[in-house]
Amino acid sequence: MQSNELLYVQLAILLPATAALVLPLFKRRPNIRETVTLLASASLFLICISIYSTIDFSHQQSIVWLTILPQLTISFSVEPLGLLFALMSSLLWFITSIYSIGYMRYHHEKNQTRFYQFFALTMTTVIGIAFAANLFTLYVFYELLTLSTYPLVTHARNQKAKLGGRTYIAILLLTSFLFFLPAMVGTWLVSGQVAFESGGLLSAYTSELKVIAILLPLFLLGIGKAALMPFHRWLPAAMVAPTPVSALLHAVAVVKGGVFAVLKVCVFIFGENLIAMLPTTQLLLYLAGLTVLIASLIALRQDSLKKRLAYSTVSQLSYITLGALLANKTGIIGSAMHMVIHGFSKITLFFCAGAIIIVTGKTKISELAGLGQQMPITMSAFFIASLSIIGLPPLAGAWSKWWLLLATAEAKQWLLLGILALSSLMNIFYLLAIPLKAFFTVPTQQISVKSDIEAPMPMLIAIITCTCLCFIFFIFPEPLYELASSITHSTSGQ
Amino acid sequence: MNVAESFNYWAVMILMMSGLYILIAQGNLVKKVIGLTIFQTSVFILYISMANITGASAPVISEASSQTNLLFSNPLPHVMILTAIVVGISTTALALSLIIRIKRAYDTIEEDEIHDMDAQ
Amino acid sequence: MMSNQLAILQVVIPLIAAPLCLLVRHAKLTWLFALTISALCSVIALLLLQQVTTHGPVVYALGDWQAPIGIEYRIDVLGAYLLTIVTSISTIILLASSSINKSELSKQKQPLFYVAYLLCLTGMLGIIVTGDVFNLFIFIEISALASYTLIAMGKDRRALTAAFSYLLVGTLGATFILIGIGLMYMLTGTLNMHDLSVRLVELSQSRTLFTAFSFFIVGVCLKLALFPLHWWLPNAYTYSPSVASAFLAATATKVAIYILLRFIFGVFGQEFSFSALPLQNILMTLGIVGILVASTMAIYQKNAKQILAYSSIAQIAYMILTLGFNSHNGLLATLIHIFNHALMKGALFLALAAVMYRIGSMEIKQFAGLGKQMPWTFAAIVIGGLSLVGIPLTVGFISKWYMIVASLENGWWPVALVIVFGSLLAAVYVWRIFETAYLQTAHEPNKQIKEAPLRLLIPVWLLTLANIYFGIDVRFTQNIAELATQSILGSAM
Repeated sequence: MQSNELLYVQLAILLPATAALVLPLFKRRPNIRETVTLLASASLFLICISIYSTIDFSHQQSIVWLTILPQLTISFSVEPLGLLFALMSSLLWFITSIYSIGYMRYHHEKNQTRFYQFFALTMTTVIGIAFAANLFTLYVFYELLTLSTYPLVTHARNQKAKLGGRTYIAILLLTSFLFFLPAMVGTWLVSGQVAFESGGLLSAYTSELKVIAILLPLFLLGIGKAALMPFHRWLPAAMVAPTPVSALLHAVAVVKGGVFAVLKVCVFIFGENLIAMLPTTQLLLYLAGLTVLIASLIALRQDSLKKRLAYSTVSQLSYITLGALLANKTGIIGSAMHMVIHGFSKITLFFCAGAIIIVTGKTKISELAGLGQQMPITMSAFFIASLSIIGLPPLAGAWSKWWLLLATAEAKQWLLLGILALSSLMNIFYLLAIPLKAFFTVPTQQISVKSDIEAPMPMLIAIITCTCLCFIFFIFPEPLYELASSITHSTSGQ
Repeated sequence: MNVAESFNYWAVMILMMSGLYILIAQGNLVKKVIGLTIFQTSVFILYISMANITGASAPVISEASSQTNLLFSNPLPHVMILTAIVVGISTTALALSLIIRIKRAYDTIEEDEIHDMDAQ
Repeated sequence: MMSNQLAILQVVIPLIAAPLCLLVRHAKLTWLFALTISALCSVIALLLLQQVTTHGPVVYALGDWQAPIGIEYRIDVLGAYLLTIVTSISTIILLASSSINKSELSKQKQPLFYVAYLLCLTGMLGIIVTGDVFNLFIFIEISALASYTLIAMGKDRRALTAAFSYLLVGTLGATFILIGIGLMYMLTGTLNMHDLSVRLVELSQSRTLFTAFSFFIVGVCLKLALFPLHWWLPNAYTYSPSVASAFLAATATKVAIYILLRFIFGVFGQEFSFSALPLQNILMTLGIVGILVASTMAIYQKNAKQILAYSSIAQIAYMILTLGFNSHNGLLATLIHIFNHALMKGALFLALAAVMYRIGSMEIKQFAGLGKQMPWTFAAIVIGGLSLVGIPLTVGFISKWYMIVASLENGWWPVALVIVFGSLLAAVYVWRIFETAYLQTAHEPNKQIKEAPLRLLIPVWLLTLANIYFGIDVRFTQNIAELATQSILGSAM
């Protein structure tokens, strides 16, 4: 019975990979192609649900696929944080696939097969990250994620896409090679292995405190996907991608992969107690706080809708990083919940942005005046999702904000508490401004709507579903809370 | 340092440096090859001179060599140098044939002119 | 008994085969013949490897004249390791060479190409198997002369000047080596490497030895293209025929590193080598500068082969850097990278040869849109490129891992940083090729450029898949390299 979960895990990884291989066969039959994608994503979600329902976290097992060097293995295991990430990603892949069908077809996008193919490939790497049993596996799939998303970011293949792609790959590879890799080698040299251990792998090596103190910032800076400043520029640069890419990858899969890695490292490589002991932790906390603030400020000044959402994401990601560094259980719970809830909320925002772009052609916020008339559903959804990000009840975002604020208070980090509160205030300004403008501002010129419908049906379905989920998670946060709180089995790791 | 005793090394050094200088400083490809050959020759002289033993005769077996206590110069370096000379000749031959091909392709064998033509 | 003959057969077979090619003037036949000979050499090399790992070094006395008077061939783990690398790469490259040469060389020249190729192979194999320093010099010159010829066969007239410059520099280097040999002989009266290593120990204070050492090392570094003695390499690799580039890039400099290893750790001895000159500082500094400068120069090149040529100089600098660590893990890293780099560059140059075959040019501009028209070829280039950068699951990552471990072990954080920074620079110059091939539209979209033929794709993908396979199953590389490291550090020879 226990071996089932590992079987499912391997299935979970192989399924999207197979889909990626098989999709080119259906190049000429778009309907079958789309069905394959939908089937694959739905099945993946079902597999993750099966794992969730049968998992017993007190008996953790892992399976080794490859042994590359001694102690460097590709192995997988299931633990709550990873399961949370996998569940979120697979469900959202399914929803995004529905959305993409509407988007790509309406927009008459070229090279759609390649698009779906690399999407499936990306999801393979995401699941690999989710179920990684050690740091090396995480690193391998992390790099593969960077590589598999590059063709998606540069999908348009024009000059803008090329330049955006360059920034994207440059920053992500720079951080992972310059910082992440040496940090991993450092961990290996200190402890002789790179496995994720409950309570923290390095917590037993307090004699090497100086070295470990350097490793923490190396890891945090090295996980560039968590968009900690100054290595955040790749996220706005990636907005050249088609919106489904921005939605799933840069609101969910890639960025959450980044903060997921941060959480894993903080909880399972360092451990709460060790983090509290390190001198460099406070600096990093301030860096995260700074990122939260500055990114919010930059977001305020953006006129491009997608760019504003991108900087908002940068800011929100640092909430999670902050929570991870606070070295208490509340922080971990808050971060894990925020990882999921922000994912659902942000993807809704991006879905709406995509609908606006392809129906009206508008990308700038200043042009959105009066759009509420033509696109009521979209803008209402935008409004609701914004409330979730700001953290107001009755939306799910309230819960994660609550836990994070509690965590900062618990750690007596009053400055950070203030920063989080201030940032929420700024969220109101830069996010709510958009639906308010759409509903309550009279347009200066008549907006030309390209079609009679508000937006293609698949896109609307996706938007409404995610909006509802923002409500649902407020009413039923238990599953999230359960998983989040079982991440750290005990409060003292030793 | 007794110049008379180490005069062979001086000869070697002078030849070596001259050869090297010609190799680097001259622009004409044939002259470069000449410089290279002089450089190689200096090494040959080094070997041969080291093989010599004062008061020894050439290492050839003859009637007289049946006597005991006869001193012979070391034949091994001579052998090595013969081989090295052959190698040197092959190299020179290859270099010269390359020069002929270069002349045909570029119509000049001056290094700077070739460099200019390549840079275009 | 048979196994003892293997040592001499390894060299004699290609040596005799070369002039035989001259007699058979037919292009296709000489290719088949050369391929068979190379395959035979690979088999011998593998047999030798097996022999050496189970029974210890293979020793063969030429003409039955015993060492130290006679010339002796001595193959230990390090030698067998390199023999395997050189012969395997040679065979795989030859598989592809028939078609490639048809497009780059005239019909009369093709058989001559194989003559020179086999001679070059002979020279390199001879360098590895021999246990006599003068014999080493001879084989160095054989392989050098053959490679000058190979390079000069390139279509572009710049191949001639490149070959000529290489000739001057190479002969200079070889002559320095000869001086070193002469001085060593003067001190000890022996030419046998093993014997030298024993006798030179007592002479470690001698100034002559110091001079011999300096001349020798500089001579080898010229052959190695160690920065700053590297300027002959870019042009030589760029303008030579594609098969020659692939072969030389993957093997020639590795053999030079072998010579360096053999002499620094074997003949002169580790203690002397690192105390006579501040060798550690020199090698490490030159290594670091080489990595940074060569990688940066690669970024600015417009010709794909030139990018790879500068990249090779950088990779060699990596090998010398870790060699200079003078530690077990540093040496291990060098040896592993020798193998991995041969795979990487072999695959990349061969894939470029396939591109050359179809479009006749190596200018990056001409690669626009080829990602779509030659998908398999460029997929191989992508994998090779990612391997060069050091993405996990490729051999490049394994090399980088060992290098970083070796430097962090000694607490040299800046060196580790340089190593990873080199990867980033590699990403820049490799990405330029990717971007042009995949993100730019073809200049003449109507021109149908077909994918490379299967007979080219197979060798390319053999090497590319090897890149991935040996990046995942590291046991072979690791075991042999470990044995080789132990044999180098453990005993004199």
